[in-house]
Amino acid sequence: MQAMIEISVNGQIHRLDVEDDMPLLWVLRDELGMTGTKYGCGIGQCGACTVHVDGEAQRSCSLPVSAAVGTKITTIEGLSPDSSHAVQRAWIAEDVPQCGYCQSGQIMAAAAFLEANPKPTDADIDQNLSNICRCGTYPRMRKAIHRAAALMRT
Amino acid sequence: MTHLPPLSRRFFITAGLSAAGGLAIGTILPGAAEAFGLNAAPYAPAGDGKAAEVNAWILIEPDDSVVIRVAQSEMGEGILTALPMIVAEELECDWTKVRAEYADAHRNLTDGHPYRRMGTGGSGAVRRSREFLQQAGASARARLIAAAAQQWGVDAAACTARDGKVTHAASKRTLGYGALAAAAAKIALPQEPAIKTPEQFRLIGRPQARFDTPPKVNGQAKFGIDTRLDGMVYAAVTTCPVFGGTVKQVDDSKIKGRRGILQVVPIPGGVAVVADSFWRAKQAVADLVVTWDKGAAAKTSSDEFRKEYRDALDGPAANAKRSGDVADGLAKAAKKLDALYEAPHVAHAAMEPLNATVHVQADRLDAWMGTQDPDGALLRAAAAAGMKPEQVFIHNCFLGGGFGRRAINDELTQAVIVAKAVGKPVKLVWTREEDMQHDRYRPQAAIRFKAGLGADGLPVAWDMRTAVGSISRSLGRDPVASGIEPSAVEGLANVPYAVANLNVDCILKNTHVPVMFWRSVGSSQNAFALESFVDEMAVAAGKDPYQFRRTLLAGKPDFLKVLDTLAEKGDWSKKLPAGQGRGIAIHQSFGTIVGEIVEVSVSPKGEIKVPRVVAVVDCGHVVNPRTVEMQIESAVIYGLTAALYGEITIKDGRVEQSNFDAYEMVRFADAPAIETHLALSGGSKWGGIGEPGTPPIAPALCNAIFAATGKRIRSLPIKNTDLSGRA
Repeated sequence: MQAMIEISVNGQIHRLDVEDDMPLLWVLRDELGMTGTKYGCGIGQCGACTVHVDGEAQRSCSLPVSAAVGTKITTIEGLSPDSSHAVQRAWIAEDVPQCGYCQSGQIMAAAAFLEANPKPTDADIDQNLSNICRCGTYPRMRKAIHRAAALMRT
Repeated sequence: MTHLPPLSRRFFITAGLSAAGGLAIGTILPGAAEAFGLNAAPYAPAGDGKAAEVNAWILIEPDDSVVIRVAQSEMGEGILTALPMIVAEELECDWTKVRAEYADAHRNLTDGHPYRRMGTGGSGAVRRSREFLQQAGASARARLIAAAAQQWGVDAAACTARDGKVTHAASKRTLGYGALAAAAAKIALPQEPAIKTPEQFRLIGRPQARFDTPPKVNGQAKFGIDTRLDGMVYAAVTTCPVFGGTVKQVDDSKIKGRRGILQVVPIPGGVAVVADSFWRAKQAVADLVVTWDKGAAAKTSSDEFRKEYRDALDGPAANAKRSGDVADGLAKAAKKLDALYEAPHVAHAAMEPLNATVHVQADRLDAWMGTQDPDGALLRAAAAAGMKPEQVFIHNCFLGGGFGRRAINDELTQAVIVAKAVGKPVKLVWTREEDMQHDRYRPQAAIRFKAGLGADGLPVAWDMRTAVGSISRSLGRDPVASGIEPSAVEGLANVPYAVANLNVDCILKNTHVPVMFWRSVGSSQNAFALESFVDEMAVAAGKDPYQFRRTLLAGKPDFLKVLDTLAEKGDWSKKLPAGQGRGIAIHQSFGTIVGEIVEVSVSPKGEIKVPRVVAVVDCGHVVNPRTVEMQIESAVIYGLTAALYGEITIKDGRVEQSNFDAYEMVRFADAPAIETHLALSGGSKWGGIGEPGTPPIAPALCNAIFAATGKRIRSLPIKNTDLSGRA
């Protein structure tokens, strides 16, 4: 019998009977049914699975659920209740997404990045954000990140 | 397991396929079917039964809101917004009250093909549907007007429609579409109304926000991989690493008794593990010990293939185009050039790995997935299940990228087989590794040009020869007895440059590596070779590459307009410092001309930076300017990834790359600023937009590298060329 694992996601406590080494990604998607966080590569390369763990951007495909115990996890579903986070507003204003599959991860990565870098340059963005977008929304994301930074300052 | 209720409309919606933000998917159920035309009676009560279906494309609700059906697949290209714009332009409804939903492939099959073809490819969503979508909107508008006129007892010609209302000006009466829709649905017009000409457009051509943006910023957009059904189990697969190989033996002792593992199921060329979570299935499939029969290709390698494609250029070929006498022209030329270009296999690598969720019951099969070909997926699922096509329902979702890969749904066949074997709904997901190693790749190609320049430096003879994989043969669609496949020679056989003596030969040559449509298809490798070689000719002639192209495009005003706009917007005449260069390329594909100027800097160590790309587009007309810009940005970056890094290599018959660590992508740090400008020729031209931005980027970049370093790159990807010390 497995011991129950307790994690906090978007302010809610969940008690789960899963293996310690099940990656957080699959706990979110398959156990909790929160499918906004995406599977892209499974090896922490693409960032489609990015969530916040205690406010830091983490690639949940490579984070065993046991390592997230005692932390506060935020997923795209919990970033804001109504798409009102500055990054989401900026993403809508710039019409960033194309296929949209990587965008949950991009938004979560950008939101954490802006907390640490409230007034980033393009070079800061290039150096710090490395999620993959096959639709090539990078130029629009750059614009949207600057717009979000401005929104967050007001 | 939870016993599943019979599938109902409610089931589809609660199964997680109704996305927030006004997108409903798969809400059409089988019903009484009769032959359906624009003028026919409504197909079935829709929605909650209160909305009226005016024709197969248009539903109108009592509150005047309008649902417009979209037959193509939303994979990022913006058709979920652009195609409704075309219908709404004619319908004269209130755009702020329009929603979009997918058309239903089952209805297309059983109801006289009201949606015609539902496939998405060839940059064809707008250009191949535009007229009949306009007609559908115009027809519905005329019937709404007729319904109002009937009710008021006035002449329909005295009524007008605008913003979702019909007005009879003389009597100052107005009725909303919602109040008229049910009556309109029963009206048969004596003849279909004429559709608008472009100068009459009020919505088409004006930038509109995409319908799919809101659900894509909050995690609500449902992709195939997000499907969740009651009692659903999960499958992960492994197939023979050497294409065409088979399973000899499976040793599953390591996974026996492991938590959550339900079943091991044979699939064509491989094996699936079914479990109660995808992660458990994925872990287990990795721990199977499979002995493969790798077949005859088990010793092959990319090096060997590369030589074979080169050698094939000296063998027999089929002629795709001949004008004048190339041999004579070459013999008399003042100067001769000869160059070999090579392009490797590249993967599609869509962000959402292939997946399909299938539920097989005694008399029906339901599949949820993202497909570029719902009609084909339906037939494929029926064949795999041994059921009648009429028993199959495809519930298309958002596609997490397509780029051609989702046109052939190998994953669906597997999911049907596994779902039948386990008797439960199954979500089958390919790992990234499976996705990358079992793609259907862009064909490998070797392309050789011989050209003769006259005393004036202009080409008098041009011989082109390509050895390339046949997509039709690889898909088993057609043996291509002629030896010429249009996509193999696209861009070459229709070269826009004036040359008196031209010869284009084609050698179709396949290996065991499956090949398919990859964004822009043959134009991707052919434009790289052709537009690089045009630069070589210009250099040999001592002419400016822009002016050289200009001369050879004399008499082609649309090409010249793109080229001249490009030179101006791209600062062609401005000098760049040492170590930097500018390159130009222009190419027509899918009815659209795109020219691009790339600025590059090459460091002493040979590192490449692409700070800026300027693109100029002539697609004739534009539906949603915003998505045109987005598609050019997308096509440029997709092509840039391939040009810089893209290379699938074969060793011992199998693909060496398996994930993004070994198959590099353009990320923020590599992404240029991209400026898109329109140089529209209008008229009867309606070109595609999803792909034409891709072909020019590789040659424009290579030409820029030549300008910066003097090094001519004739083999992709660029990462294989050492540029250190060249700048």
